[in-house]
Amino acid sequence: MRKPMLTFVLLACAASLSAQQPAAPPPATQPAEDGLSGSVTDESAWQDLGIAIPGFATNADAPTPANAQGTGALALELSRVVFNDLRNNGLFKPTGPDSLPHPSYPEITAPAFSAWQGRGTEMLVHGYVRANGDGNLTVGCYLYDVALQKELARSGWVVAPTDWRRAAHKCADLVYSRLSGESPFFDSKIAYIAETGPKNARVKRLAIMDSDGANHRFITNGQATALTPRYSPDYKRIVYLSYLNGNPRIYVYDIGTGQQKLISESRSPTFAPRWSPDGRWILYSMASAGNTDIFRISAAGGGSPQKLTDSPGIDIGGSYSPDGRQIVFESDRSGSQQIYVMNADGSNQRRISFVGGRAATPEWSPRGDQIAFTHIVGDLRIAVISPSGGALRYLTNAWQDEAPTWSPNGRIVQFFRTERNSGTASIWQVDLTGRNERRLPTPVGASDPAWGPVLP
Amino acid sequence: MHAKSALALVAASVLALSACSKKAPADLPPAPQASSGVEIPAVAVQPGGPIPGTQAHFAQAMSGRDTIYFETDRYNIDAEDQQALAQQARYLQQYPNVRATVEGHADERGTRDYNLALGERRANSAKNYLASLGVSGDRISTVSYGKERPVALGSNEEAWARNRRAVTIVLN
Repeated sequence: MRKPMLTFVLLACAASLSAQQPAAPPPATQPAEDGLSGSVTDESAWQDLGIAIPGFATNADAPTPANAQGTGALALELSRVVFNDLRNNGLFKPTGPDSLPHPSYPEITAPAFSAWQGRGTEMLVHGYVRANGDGNLTVGCYLYDVALQKELARSGWVVAPTDWRRAAHKCADLVYSRLSGESPFFDSKIAYIAETGPKNARVKRLAIMDSDGANHRFITNGQATALTPRYSPDYKRIVYLSYLNGNPRIYVYDIGTGQQKLISESRSPTFAPRWSPDGRWILYSMASAGNTDIFRISAAGGGSPQKLTDSPGIDIGGSYSPDGRQIVFESDRSGSQQIYVMNADGSNQRRISFVGGRAATPEWSPRGDQIAFTHIVGDLRIAVISPSGGALRYLTNAWQDEAPTWSPNGRIVQFFRTERNSGTASIWQVDLTGRNERRLPTPVGASDPAWGPVLP
Repeated sequence: MHAKSALALVAASVLALSACSKKAPADLPPAPQASSGVEIPAVAVQPGGPIPGTQAHFAQAMSGRDTIYFETDRYNIDAEDQQALAQQARYLQQYPNVRATVEGHADERGTRDYNLALGERRANSAKNYLASLGVSGDRISTVSYGKERPVALGSNEEAWARNRRAVTIVLN
């Protein structure tokens, strides 16, 4: 079980770091293999920014459980994680540690600005890692404006060796937030369904991973089909559907204990579980005599379910607004699937989408200003609309994209894409702008992604 | 229903299917069975055939009419479905000790959650129709597999039509 192992530290070490004489600046003539010139194909202004992320440094190469080769090698790995986070996000085209000179430890707080300026660097990311006496690691992260020769941001964290990647994600979040003005999102996790086997005998296992695909772990063994997981806001539990015992039912799985329990003792099938933003409620849908309605139940257990919808038809899904006061859901009460909004107690149900085709799996953005959903007109596409139902925009255009989930900062939408005929599924993500579409690396087929909040 | 018995049922139905497809060319068309319940026992007592009241026997006796099909997003019982369900009902009345499960399915061209609810709706339609023919609802359970268990593996109209289905399976 994960303790809160990542501690924010004030970097009071600048003086001690810079006490040594800065090493000679790296030769400005060394070419950047991954330079920015000519590589900008997107009109986004961010990509013009020359961001350099050279290897991080360590005060003294020391053994650490985080890396078999010690803190020196770990420092380089940290900078690679920061580089990949920022590059894969698509907003930036940074230059990474493998094509840059490696600054010395004293340079981390006293960068060789003139040399970086000579390379055309505008923004410079430096960092270090230090092994502490108690086995933990201290990681520091600095962002500099090279032209101004000025520090823009810095932060530091004390992490357990097993959590070293989290420090790198925090560093990437610091740089991303400072430069874009957006909220951070890299230090977060994703629950999803891992898929193996042929289309008519697909094995579906509950799995989790970090936002960059690292620290992948299977939770269930695949004997019972698992579907539609959602992380609790505190990452301690996962609510999901399992065919354990033959029938589809919602279970709450406790990551710490490995135990799970049924959310409802009812004999009826339950689908489509969702958490409230404060983690106190779980929404789910239950079918009875062919009619499906949405219920909510206390996540702590023990309470009786409250029925929120009562229409003759399929009311399903449901996603809370960030303030927890409203729920967006899908219903076919008008004849085909469309998107509706209701108050969190089920009152004031009203249709908000009036689009051709079918509108399904609505998910409210963590920023509150958009609702992502699956639009079905033959093909399945990811689209967004405003909470009042206007301003429809498509984010993807493939044969079958479905089940959007938002990044914690509401800038990116993840979904899964199914290939025609083979039925092979994979997780993809795309910017709210519809740009920077890319596939997430997963060890096997992947569907039903659910992105959790930023870790504290 | 336990996972183990579900697996056994799947295995049994696969066996039954392969048995049917091997036999089909040699046998006469099975059409007369549908018109008269009394002919079912004739199938039942075939030497070496499946034991009456088992899933294998049911599947053979139904010869395809253990499954009904639906239009996209629909769950109504049409005339063809009525004939198939009538045949299922006669069987269930003939073997009053067997229980049945109706499995509801959807094609792949919908979202996962909705298809689970749609599969349930379809299974429930079949169950209600069987009940209207006098089979006690207590003997029939339903389970939805949504789009999780296709029988036709292509991504085309023909495959989707075969996957939008409700399949009755008997349990002993």
